[in-house]
Amino acid sequence: MSASQPLPTLEITALEKRFGETQVLRSIDLKVANGELVFVIGPSGSGKSTMLRCCNRLEEPTSGAIHVNGKPMLGITRRDLDRMRLQVGMVFQGFFLYPHLSVLKNVTLAQRKALKRPAAEADARALEMLDKVGLKHKANAMPGELSGGQQQRVAIARALALDPKVMLFDEPTSALDPELVGSVLKVMRDLREGGMTMIVVSHEMQFAREAADRVVFMDGGVIVEQGIPDEIFGNPKSERLRAFLSRVSGEAA
Amino acid sequence: MDFGNVFLNPEIIATYMPQMVRAVWVTIWISVLVVISGLALGAFLAGLRAYQKRWLAWPIVLFADLMRALPPLVLMLILFFGLPSLGVILSDWFVLYLVLTLVLAAFVEEIFWATLTSLPRGQWEAGAATGLSFNQVLVNVIFPQAVRTNIPQLVNRSLTISKMTAYGSVIGVKEIVSVAGSAQAFSGSATPLTMAAIAYLIIFFPAMLLSRYVENRFHYDH
Repeated sequence: MSASQPLPTLEITALEKRFGETQVLRSIDLKVANGELVFVIGPSGSGKSTMLRCCNRLEEPTSGAIHVNGKPMLGITRRDLDRMRLQVGMVFQGFFLYPHLSVLKNVTLAQRKALKRPAAEADARALEMLDKVGLKHKANAMPGELSGGQQQRVAIARALALDPKVMLFDEPTSALDPELVGSVLKVMRDLREGGMTMIVVSHEMQFAREAADRVVFMDGGVIVEQGIPDEIFGNPKSERLRAFLSRVSGEAA
Repeated sequence: MDFGNVFLNPEIIATYMPQMVRAVWVTIWISVLVVISGLALGAFLAGLRAYQKRWLAWPIVLFADLMRALPPLVLMLILFFGLPSLGVILSDWFVLYLVLTLVLAAFVEEIFWATLTSLPRGQWEAGAATGLSFNQVLVNVIFPQAVRTNIPQLVNRSLTISKMTAYGSVIGVKEIVSVAGSAQAFSGSATPLTMAAIAYLIIFFPAMLLSRYVENRFHYDH
């Protein structure tokens, strides 16, 4: 690696994760450049969600290193970790909006408490982000009044309002009814056009083909193969990837 | 002797009304103090237990189990009649207040703890992922939800513990039952007891209406 190369926005080095006797991740190395959308595919149990959750330490890595803009995520105090987590937005499969707070307050809570933004600034930023996901008119609604797709878009706005350097998407559309998936993917596509760095764990292969810069295939806790979407989907090299792709397309048909 | 004369003798009512009114206030302010401090202490203990430190958790569990197992009256008698032998003298109302607060706190701690552990883990994670500290998640995300889910239980416990102020009669607190009891003994009439019953209704009917309002107000769809 030459010194002139720009710093990766997210860098995973020799990441290992064990749950007791089970080794979930084995020596994962992954660099995500600024503005890049990396799409992670793989069978269930391949470790892709665990890898994502290690990036903001919702899952504690057994060993290895993770850097965001060159700054370490591991071996730091909880206080520094809270600060680092502001730079890493996360979107969950289950949305996890706060059901007791309005949509607006969902988006302002961490701005106020973690970023210490003044109320007026946080509100303005929240409305801007809600507008971006097409839900400004729902600012005063309660999460329970929204569809799954709308809840997920609010969850995206909640993460974006903190001005993260990288966004992690953990199967963001898996819990949605098929007709609601499109609205969430559209927001993600807009984000990508806006230059956001993203790692997406998902089964939306069509979206991966259209929007991903790079597709990473994981199986058995290792990265088996990676490349541009055309390569991965059009010319898979490993037997495991070929088997996975035929299984997935078989399901889709 | 007819029914009205036994249970609602106008002269007896007039005689004991001033004492009864004072007793009603004693019952009300001790109840209010107990409910406020019991809810606060119970929530605080559940919050401490959420830190999952063994040296913090087991004294809390022991406290909650003891307070829920022992009859409040036994604790009051020990504190009021037992402690003076050690030279510790507590006033009657303080013993009543202290014991009821601790008992309420024990139940409230268990109620909150059950909810803290049953909320989806994603609520904790969503908070943590947005850079909130453990305390901030607990205070802003978890507790408000725990309060809302448990309002019916918390209200019930608060009403029950408030009625236990009647135990104060045993250690001489001048609350409703105590005043009515001595008035009955002194006058030989059952009328003061009827007055006590009516006094409780006057206090607790509005309290129940208020609790229904609170339950509806903070109900939200999941």
